[in-house]
Amino acid sequence: MVLGLETKKSELKPLSTNKAVAEAAKDSNVDVVAAYPITPQTTVVERLAELIGEGELDAEIIHVESEHSALSAVIGASAMGARTFTATSSQGLALMHEILHIASGLRLPIVMSVAARALSAPISIFNDHSDIMNQRDTGWIIIFTSSAQEAYDTIIQAYKIAENSNVLLPVMVAYDGYVMSHTIEPVEVLGKKVAEEYIPKKVSWNRLDPDRPITIGTITSPDYYYEFKYAQAKALESSLQHILEADSEFKKKYGRGYGAVEGYMMEDAEIAVLGTSSYFSNLKYAVDELRKKGVKAGAIKLRVYRPFPREQLYELIKGLRALGVIDRSISYGMTPSGPIALDLMSTYRYKNIPPIQSFVAGIGQRRMLIEDFVRIYEILERRASSNSINEETLFYGVKGIDI
Amino acid sequence: MKELKSWKDYPLGGAVYEPGSTLDIDVSGWRNERPQIDQEKCIRCRICWVFCPDAAIIEEEKNYTTKTGKTFKLTYSIDYAHCKGCGICANECPVKAIKMIPEVE
Repeated sequence: MVLGLETKKSELKPLSTNKAVAEAAKDSNVDVVAAYPITPQTTVVERLAELIGEGELDAEIIHVESEHSALSAVIGASAMGARTFTATSSQGLALMHEILHIASGLRLPIVMSVAARALSAPISIFNDHSDIMNQRDTGWIIIFTSSAQEAYDTIIQAYKIAENSNVLLPVMVAYDGYVMSHTIEPVEVLGKKVAEEYIPKKVSWNRLDPDRPITIGTITSPDYYYEFKYAQAKALESSLQHILEADSEFKKKYGRGYGAVEGYMMEDAEIAVLGTSSYFSNLKYAVDELRKKGVKAGAIKLRVYRPFPREQLYELIKGLRALGVIDRSISYGMTPSGPIALDLMSTYRYKNIPPIQSFVAGIGQRRMLIEDFVRIYEILERRASSNSINEETLFYGVKGIDI
Repeated sequence: MKELKSWKDYPLGGAVYEPGSTLDIDVSGWRNERPQIDQEKCIRCRICWVFCPDAAIIEEEKNYTTKTGKTFKLTYSIDYAHCKGCGICANECPVKAIKMIPEVE
């Protein structure tokens, strides 16, 4: 992958996903950064501060007292026409909640990285996807990434998507806290040329300009509010094509593309398991193990989560005998309890789909080894063979539960 | 303001591209009580003008001579199209020169 790009004079660096994300914000030539430290995101903004200090990036860092203020500051800067960046995790993302709606409602192209982490209480600084899933309906584009390289590339793509005048929505780029945020991988960085050739700066959104005054964030009456929200829903829905266009153009220029979903050994797969972020890599290892035993297994990665890539995912799952979906968060009091499994079951309700077995795993970063993923395939296979797949979620790895 | 017949006509993100557009909106219907300035009592201190949250106090360079023969160079009046009847002016007036009169008896 990297060798073929040598002619493009790119550089290979050992980077954790946090550092890769900071590098991507630098290469996107952002103007304003505001963030509040929270584990495991902190080193993203620390690295950005260093890059500014070293003269590698000409940007303003706004020091704020909370994540609520961090996103508010970034909204103000974006409304002035700046290219903006922020990063957070867990409680920080939860604290941003009301401002997330304001960013998308104002249609500002903010890009934020999220090192996904569990929510309190009890306190866990470790990974799961509860923080992201709680922000599912805030009107942001949400993309899960599976490697430091993909996170780097996706931050850059995120500016292309967000600033597209047909989109103008904020983008959240998520990756697994610790498992990815603090794991060093080789990352091909593209340097500042990216900002010039792939995402040249042009203010395509509502900008506060004293010479051409406008008002943003006004109150609306019941006679007007609904249409603004409908426009927002349509914009998010139709952003999928622009996400895919941005990805294709990136692939053409730099050799790497990811699509909305990705399949591994899906051509002849009979059973498959869907996962997000770092779980996809482990699922691929598990598939290799199972294939050795003669099981026709496949793995699916859901990369773009909102907008939901309904048709693209359907193409991957439609011929399967059974599908497992692993969620790393819990929709309390609902059956199934996995938000992604729930999405699939509802969105394909009137289509021919295989039985879907919902799994919850890795809550608070409960260890999941490759053998655990193999076991998940085995459970799926057993349930599919005995016709015992139902709506109920299997909580994999909880002490005292035998599945 | 342009008539908005379809969601497609709506400005992006609820932005208002026309500065001062609220001047075109008549809010007199919001009012339960209307302020009335007694020009005889008014000492032209400008406090009502400062406090009015909707800039609905009009200050004009217009002479007014009281019955006692005192002439003021300024006259204050109410912009009734934009006064919502909050009563802040009447509350703040140090000489009780503003009365709130019910719109419906």
